[in-house]
Amino acid sequence: MPVGRARGRRVNAGPGIGGADGGISWLMPSSGREQGGEGVGEQEAWGSHPGWRLREKARVMDGPAMTRALKRIAHEITERNQGAEDLVLVGIRRRGVPLAQRLARYLREFEGVTVPVGVLDITLYRDDLTARGDKPLVYRTEIPFRLTGKKVVLVDDVLYTGRTVRAALDALMDLGRPAEIQLAVLVDRGHRELPIRADYVGKNLPTSRREQVEVKVEEVDGRDEVLILEAETGDPRSEDGET
Amino acid sequence: MPTVLQGATNQAQPGQDGPVPGHLLSLRETPEEEIQGLLDLAFSFLEVLEREVKKVPTLRGKVVACAFFEPSTRTMKSFDLAARYLSADVTTLTGEVSSVAKGESLEDTARALRQMGADCLVIRHPLSGAAHFLARRVDLPVINAGDGRHEHPTQGLLDLLTLRERWGDFRGRKVAIVGDVLHSRVARSDIWGLTKLGAEVCLFGPPTLLPERPELLGLPGRVRVARSLPEALEGADAVIALRLQRERQKRGLLPSLEEYASFWGLRKEILDRWCPEAFLLHPGPVNRGLELDGEAMEAPRSLVEEQVRRGVAVRMAVLYRVLAGRAGSSG
Repeated sequence: MPVGRARGRRVNAGPGIGGADGGISWLMPSSGREQGGEGVGEQEAWGSHPGWRLREKARVMDGPAMTRALKRIAHEITERNQGAEDLVLVGIRRRGVPLAQRLARYLREFEGVTVPVGVLDITLYRDDLTARGDKPLVYRTEIPFRLTGKKVVLVDDVLYTGRTVRAALDALMDLGRPAEIQLAVLVDRGHRELPIRADYVGKNLPTSRREQVEVKVEEVDGRDEVLILEAETGDPRSEDGET
Repeated sequence: MPTVLQGATNQAQPGQDGPVPGHLLSLRETPEEEIQGLLDLAFSFLEVLEREVKKVPTLRGKVVACAFFEPSTRTMKSFDLAARYLSADVTTLTGEVSSVAKGESLEDTARALRQMGADCLVIRHPLSGAAHFLARRVDLPVINAGDGRHEHPTQGLLDLLTLRERWGDFRGRKVAIVGDVLHSRVARSDIWGLTKLGAEVCLFGPPTLLPERPELLGLPGRVRVARSLPEALEGADAVIALRLQRERQKRGLLPSLEEYASFWGLRKEILDRWCPEAFLLHPGPVNRGLELDGEAMEAPRSLVEEQVRRGVAVRMAVLYRVLAGRAGSSG
């Protein structure tokens, strides 16, 4: 059998190790790297459409607004938990991580306690791994402390469908048995597909599915801001997994 | 015919028609950035191995079929556990191959496994080219777990991962590979991997156990042959000892095992003298006292146990790459 035939059948499944077909190589999905994307937040995982032309529609938070929101969340966390005892923060890669670190800093300022911060990569727990054409990169989960018996505050940048949080909950459960898990997000943009809600929200942001919410953080992007982007044409969701 | 292709079947010579997508067949055909990508992934999977619950749901519902037509404990168990840690189901078929009608029965076996629901095939076979042969004939992703004297890409990757954790960068590094290069698929994968990542490789072994054109085993200009053991070891940043394949020594290529041990065996004092800083690797299982003495193996320089753990992480990475994201998008 000529090689060409075998190749033809298989290319769509993701071009191979040889990568001689000139297409994307399944060994190095280019999207993850080029975006500087280390891990995927919910929007990158389920809501972003790299192949789509997006235009900026509105800038809904600037640096000071983000700081105020995070400080308020830090206060709410200590209020609800009556301090910060037995509390740990776990940031979802990628932008949940710097947000969790900032919350820890504010908790130290306000309460004088050091709250450990862990890093969670949810890729291995995603529910769409076999449905997507690309192959998301997997980064390390770094939670160098025990979760069992702790109150875990899970931190992410944007809450959207809820699928990332579902994956994160499963991942956390495999790592230990926390006494409680709470959820803090900078932006809740609605459109939940699962029965999940946040305990702490920086800003509620009504959006349409055509839009995309982009959170930029100093530590990753060089500046703090929240933007609403809009797809120029068509329905981006129908393209999911095709890019 | 280049040395790499020796022993290939007529039906499918390794790499003859260029790379076949969707599989892991050899490091020779795998571009550098893809090797690095796999190593990055494997490094992430190492963390999963350190967890209390060593299981992630990633490949739930996927079936990995391992067909091992040659004795193997380590590689087979390593693939088996890697698949299980990712929640895939594993079915393993072992057996010797009769010398007739190999190609035909191999293909039929693979097709049958596919009909039973296998999503990928991990193959170990005594014939060079067996994995390529299957990759071209059976509509399943194929992972080469060692084919004849051709390649053993996951072993090559785990050696690279072990060294990359120590070095970060391979450029400017010198690696000595000592022993039975002729019969070693591990050496072939190691040499391609190492030279692609920028290291230089120096080979040493009994002249009867070196291939005719060793410089063709890796990127041009990066492979050379030493005339003596000290020459091979001096300045080396790592030494890879190859297993003397006693089962392949029936053709009288060696006068005796004792002679092999005294001229080509790596002993602690030799390593301490010529390359005191070098790491020591061995693909296992070790013939203690033959290619490697017990003392050398236990020394701090020895990364042999790290290699075994990284082997599982590398195989998790390869299975993830082959199986995740396949179902919904196949053409």
